[in-house]
Amino acid sequence: MTGKKKKGEIINSFSWKIGGPAGFGIKASGEIMSKALMRAGLWVFDTDEYPSLIRGGHNTYQVRASDEEIHSAVRQLDILVALDEATITKNFREMRKGGIIIYEETTAPVSKIKTLIKKRGDIRLFPFPLVKIAEEEGNILMRNVVAIAASLAITAFPITVLNAVLRDFFRKKGSRVISSNIHAAMRGYKLAEKYAKEEITDYAVRLVPLVNDKNGKKKRILLTGNDATAMGAVQAGMKLYAAYPMTPASSILHTLAALERKYSLVVKHTEDELAAMNMAIGAGFAGVRAMVGTSGGGFALMTEALGMAGCSEVPVVAVVSQRVGPSTGMPTFTEQGDLRFVMHASQGDFPRVVLAPGDVEEAFYKIGEAFNYSEEYQLPVIVLLDKYLSESHKSVNPFRTSRVKIRRGKLLSQKELNALKEYNRYEITPTGVSRRVIPGMKGGVHHVTSYEHDETGHFTEDSRERTAMVDKRMRKLEYLKKRLPEPMLYGNKRAKITIVTWGTPKGAILEAMKLLKKEGVLINLLHYIYILPFREEPLMKISRRNRLIIAENNATGQFASVIREKTGVYIKDRILKYDGRPFFPEEIKEDVLRIIRGDSK
Amino acid sequence: MKIADLSTNDKPNWCPGCGNYGILMAMKQALVSLNIPPHNTVVVSGIGCSGKIVHWLKTYGFETLHGRPLPVATGIKLANNRLTVIANGGDGDGYGIGGNHFIHSLRRNPDITYIVHNNMVYSLTTGQTSPTSQKGFKSKSTPFGVIELPVNPLKVGLAMGGSFIARGYAGDLAHLSKIIAAGIKHKGFSLIDVLQPCVVFNKVNTYDFYKKRVYKLEEEGHNVRDVEAAWRKADEWGERIPIGIFYTDDRESYEQDLPQLAKKPLALQELNADVRRELMERYA
Repeated sequence: MTGKKKKGEIINSFSWKIGGPAGFGIKASGEIMSKALMRAGLWVFDTDEYPSLIRGGHNTYQVRASDEEIHSAVRQLDILVALDEATITKNFREMRKGGIIIYEETTAPVSKIKTLIKKRGDIRLFPFPLVKIAEEEGNILMRNVVAIAASLAITAFPITVLNAVLRDFFRKKGSRVISSNIHAAMRGYKLAEKYAKEEITDYAVRLVPLVNDKNGKKKRILLTGNDATAMGAVQAGMKLYAAYPMTPASSILHTLAALERKYSLVVKHTEDELAAMNMAIGAGFAGVRAMVGTSGGGFALMTEALGMAGCSEVPVVAVVSQRVGPSTGMPTFTEQGDLRFVMHASQGDFPRVVLAPGDVEEAFYKIGEAFNYSEEYQLPVIVLLDKYLSESHKSVNPFRTSRVKIRRGKLLSQKELNALKEYNRYEITPTGVSRRVIPGMKGGVHHVTSYEHDETGHFTEDSRERTAMVDKRMRKLEYLKKRLPEPMLYGNKRAKITIVTWGTPKGAILEAMKLLKKEGVLINLLHYIYILPFREEPLMKISRRNRLIIAENNATGQFASVIREKTGVYIKDRILKYDGRPFFPEEIKEDVLRIIRGDSK
Repeated sequence: MKIADLSTNDKPNWCPGCGNYGILMAMKQALVSLNIPPHNTVVVSGIGCSGKIVHWLKTYGFETLHGRPLPVATGIKLANNRLTVIANGGDGDGYGIGGNHFIHSLRRNPDITYIVHNNMVYSLTTGQTSPTSQKGFKSKSTPFGVIELPVNPLKVGLAMGGSFIARGYAGDLAHLSKIIAAGIKHKGFSLIDVLQPCVVFNKVNTYDFYKKRVYKLEEEGHNVRDVEAAWRKADEWGERIPIGIFYTDDRESYEQDLPQLAKKPLALQELNADVRRELMERYA
């Protein structure tokens, strides 16, 4: 770290938000800001919020930076950039004491809400000629770049890093666009620096680049859960991806489509989700690792084929990025409301794996495991993401791609098949897993079917054969369960209070644990990634000595009900959020305090 | 290769006299005539009487879901474009519940042969109307007669850019097997609509009905490259019903336009991707 820390100064703990109508480049602003801070060696997390429309509405993008790893968004803001009035009225309550609102009276008049801001008394207004500078530099759209530069000037962060990011970001648009953006940024930076020196000399937050490796750079990458899922799938040998666009899963399709030729994949935007799932199953049967991606509504259409994969024992991976339901719901907002749906989708009993990565790293590594389990156990694997993970960027150390191992289970080679006297696709085995051969292999001719069948694949309605085949299929899950990783326990082992969650609330809870520690409250976190099959012991063990609190992004406590069903443990204390927003550490902290103090909400 | 090489030990359980027997035998004859080894053929079917065909054909097979043989077959073909992929479905399966896949497969043009067992009635569910039932057709679900017009699959095929549009008749085995062989040889999506009498539930479109009406396009000098002539012939239904190849062209199949399949099918490619550099290039 460079520079001396002045008294009362907060270094590298920064939360920034920009807001405005769609079409104002809000998303681009957030990405530019994040990348600049990450390249300066800071840890970054960002998340956006936008309505389901193309122009207008209220869009925001929050960026956090710190010299410690960040796991979630927060509620409190240090700087708010308001490109319209709504950004101020909807967000000023989130301002930290002493926080700054950068705005322009002509486009975001604060006069109307001045009394409210005055009443709070601790928000600083920073009127700034965003549009004027942008227009003088040639394009009103650059007001967001001016705002980023002004924000960085206030926090004394060097402009050079931003310029480099602008160069990369606008590379495709040519040198004129790059240079006018850099000019606009420079002007904004200098003017804001001057204002800041004159008017807000005591501003507490400073951003200082971290330069502490040999090359003078901390190499990290900044990516979303969808990016990590797409890249993880390619790393894991996925060869076919079939999907129908649906928020918030669509960017997986976009990323993979761009990589199609380079990595020799087939990426197909199909006529509907029925086709996507059936195509993936066809490809899985023919021996390639195949995946679909969708959200709850699309998965509803895939459910009939999901059951076929279960019955015919064809491996397939389905990524379901949850959004707010029921029905069309709130398409661009986050929720964990589809757990029970994916656990039970499709008719009849059949084995499946359901897993939910909690962050970007888990998304990358677990998608590889999803393919491994789907092939080793010859069943459908459902990977649950949500809008918050799918579309929020997190800075991470580069993934160790060598950690991704490919295990294909009992997929026979031609040589192994030749050595067999007889081949039956659905041979009854102790583990329930039968040897698999793919079309084109000599001596392995067989058929698979969505009908109940005997060991050869021929349909049957015989009572003994039927029972044996159900038992065989379900045995795979028992066998797999013993080999699944246990849920992770984060935090102090001696804590007497444990928050239990699954998937993405992990990040906010990890951060809440730190906040609670400051209040003298020690808690830990039991985080489940694998929901089906469910590892009961860790939960039961901890329930005998600790007070449990469940936290879930849904209205009915779906995971709490799974826990009760599987273990008999009833978790009374619940932190449930279903307003379409992710958990913030501050509210987890408040809820935990409320619960342990016995207050009613 | 002999017909016996393609036969399983089980006897089909279709009704005696069912048109499916003719289609099964025509498929076997076509595969034998082209000398395609059973392990390089995948037969995909839906659900319905036609769906059972995979059980009585000794090739790789996938009996899928009602309406879904085409996307499954497409997935198989994309995974391994060296395989001969033949999809089978009924009229309800392909033109009703699977209608969306049908029209998009035509414009997509994967190298798949699609045989539709068109008996103009739902039989496995014991006799309801189908998308190809003639107007006025009385069934359990339409006791007062069908109100809608029937789907004309050949015209749909032409309209959607189908590259091989044909109609066969289950009662003319030799002719049907030739059409199927031509369909398999065609590099693209081959629609073969097969007029298939259902001896139990369709008392209108019987063997007798067809015997009196069908005639062969090739015997009347039809030019299979002439799309306008194909449209005219596709409209002919009444005293005379044409069978044969209506239209064919040589446009690229879907797989031919995918350079990533040029060297090796996906299923035979090594799983050795390493995205380390890609991650740094895209996300650092």
